[in-house]
Amino acid sequence: MVSPQGKRRIEISPVTRVEGHGKVTIHLDEDNRVTQARLHIVEFRGFERFIQGRPFWEMPVAVQRLCGICPVSHHLCAAKAVDHIVGGENLTPTAEKMRRLMHYGQMFQSHSLHFFHLASPDLLFGFDADPATRNVVGIIRSNKPLAYQAIMMRKFGQEVIRATAGKKIHGTGAIPGGINKNLSVAERDALLAELETMKKWSREAVELARRYTLDNLEEVGRFASFDSSYMSIIRSDGAMDLYNGGLRAIDRDGKTIFDHVPNERYLDYIAEGVRDWSYMKFPFFTSIGEEDGWYRVGPLARVNACDFIDTPGAEAARKEFKSLTGGKPNHMTMAYHWARMIEVLHSIEAIEKLLADPDLQGTDLVASGPRRREGVGIIEAPRGTLFHHYRVGDDDLVTMCNLIVSTTSNNEAMNRSVRRVAEDCLSGAAEITEGMLNRIEVAIRAYDPCLSCATHALGRMPLIAELVSADGRVIDRKVKES
Amino acid sequence: MSDRFTITVDGREIPAAPGQTILAAAQASGIYIPRLCHMDGIEPVGACRVCTVRANGRVVAACTQPATASMVVQSQTDELVSWRRQLVEMLFVEGNHFCMFCEKSGSCELQGLAYRLGIAAPRYESIWPRREVDASHPDIILDRNRCILCGRCERTSRDLDGKHVFGFVGRGIHKRLAVNARARLADTGADVTDLAIGACPVGAILRKNRAYRTPVGDRPFDREPIGAPVETRAELTINGGPAS
Repeated sequence: MVSPQGKRRIEISPVTRVEGHGKVTIHLDEDNRVTQARLHIVEFRGFERFIQGRPFWEMPVAVQRLCGICPVSHHLCAAKAVDHIVGGENLTPTAEKMRRLMHYGQMFQSHSLHFFHLASPDLLFGFDADPATRNVVGIIRSNKPLAYQAIMMRKFGQEVIRATAGKKIHGTGAIPGGINKNLSVAERDALLAELETMKKWSREAVELARRYTLDNLEEVGRFASFDSSYMSIIRSDGAMDLYNGGLRAIDRDGKTIFDHVPNERYLDYIAEGVRDWSYMKFPFFTSIGEEDGWYRVGPLARVNACDFIDTPGAEAARKEFKSLTGGKPNHMTMAYHWARMIEVLHSIEAIEKLLADPDLQGTDLVASGPRRREGVGIIEAPRGTLFHHYRVGDDDLVTMCNLIVSTTSNNEAMNRSVRRVAEDCLSGAAEITEGMLNRIEVAIRAYDPCLSCATHALGRMPLIAELVSADGRVIDRKVKES
Repeated sequence: MSDRFTITVDGREIPAAPGQTILAAAQASGIYIPRLCHMDGIEPVGACRVCTVRANGRVVAACTQPATASMVVQSQTDELVSWRRQLVEMLFVEGNHFCMFCEKSGSCELQGLAYRLGIAAPRYESIWPRREVDASHPDIILDRNRCILCGRCERTSRDLDGKHVFGFVGRGIHKRLAVNARARLADTGADVTDLAIGACPVGAILRKNRAYRTPVGDRPFDREPIGAPVETRAELTINGGPAS
């Protein structure tokens, strides 16, 4: 494709092995130097608008339909927001622990899915491996035990979700001010029966990701990487908390930008910019401004930002992770995978702690208090900090909804990673190989973007890449069905 | 009891009494004839036609047609099941039904019938009408998107609550549920304890702040299909749904 300036343009559309639908465009000048590289989110969904006029209690069940991979995160985040509407934000112990159990189950299954099913083919076979084998089927063929482990870990997480939300996808467990069920002894014992195996596999997954990072440190340190700020929610004592806490942001050196910000004040600290080429917004810290105030969220951000993790195996893994960069933030984009597996271990350890707690068999499920007209919920979804904000009229119908999904917060960072890889790998190359284009996708995959949450794709997702000469002639075209 | 007689339904001979409808006689003998607009305890009107059967060869609504001596009724024939399926499918596309997040899911008679009739996906094009939500009442929400115009609320309010809260305006495709006030449910005499509020077979009239309280798996039609209580323990039946 030829732009008005006679430059060449490569398009990767859609990006594969990510959740949802996006495309990458790369512009080259006549010397094949990269002049522009962008990740576009080209679909529009409009949840924020079409749930207006619906009763607020529908939000946890309706808005989770944004996604089929992380619906639990939206379910719980919306529930946290509407807790405030019914004055039930001080949950009963049973309700809070059931929700946490659901959340850790979600984190466990989502991270397992991403690491083993989507990302591991790149890590185990190499970025340039034959695409015919560089996929989950290739993993199944070459390493059956690992593939089995991947499937069973995801299954375990989904069983936790079913036991707490009623079903594995799009459940109804969290209701305004609480939860609609407790955990039966039979459900608890069924999960306990698998627990030791899951812990063992989680430790091995941390080791796999750690070893990959250290064995390939030179490339991992450089690939798609750059210094950035980070944000997550954090417990009042500085511990990693995936379910509840104030907002913390740190800069590239680890210095605090803001800390323990109450959820309802997020708009004082974060704003969203728009660009005319993407339906996905570009959030930034208002104190720094749109140009330099962008930041990263997700596993890397959480492990960078927290002071400690309150489960032993994950804390030991975190210390080792931090020692690699002398206690400073780790800016390696590919270290997202290692951080993600530390969170898998944390999740299973947290599940173990919860399953031993008799509060899960309690019967006091719902709290209520003074009615309010506004509620903000913030949660750490697998892919990063997630915001749900609703305003409600006296008639209980939603009048305003603002969602900032995790992937949106990583928008600028993903674009920078794409640009970095395009410049490092494609610039000046005479021929564009499939492996080069896969590197672009590897960089995006590290963030585990859930493009479904800002967009949604149906049907087949072929990857089409075309190399077009300056005179508009297609000189190379690759199509991969998926 | 000398005036009692028998009829046959799908080849099975069952007792019936003068004035008893085909649907009531069948139900008393553990035979479920699907229905939506009919509810035990209120006058049948034969509006939805889902209970359509052939009686002595004639097409009639089982909820309104009195049984007569030696009547031969066909209900579960391919033809009649196909008609019922089409009627239910048309009800789906005529309104805005989103079972996936509707709080009535699992206890909705329309959804329950769709499952019973094996409707996996709509065959007709959705109309996507613009319908109003009336949430003005502090305890009751009226979501016309889901209204199937069965009239159960109207008859219950009139005959059992003695209130006349609900009625209909418009004709044909423009017919819609109205309330007995200038505009809003809040301005009627509706009360959350009215029997009419619980008479809605779908999610059109709901008590507020009770959504999703029953976990998935424990909802009435999670436990057994619509009609099963009639077929398995007729004495407990409440309108084809589980006694709750």
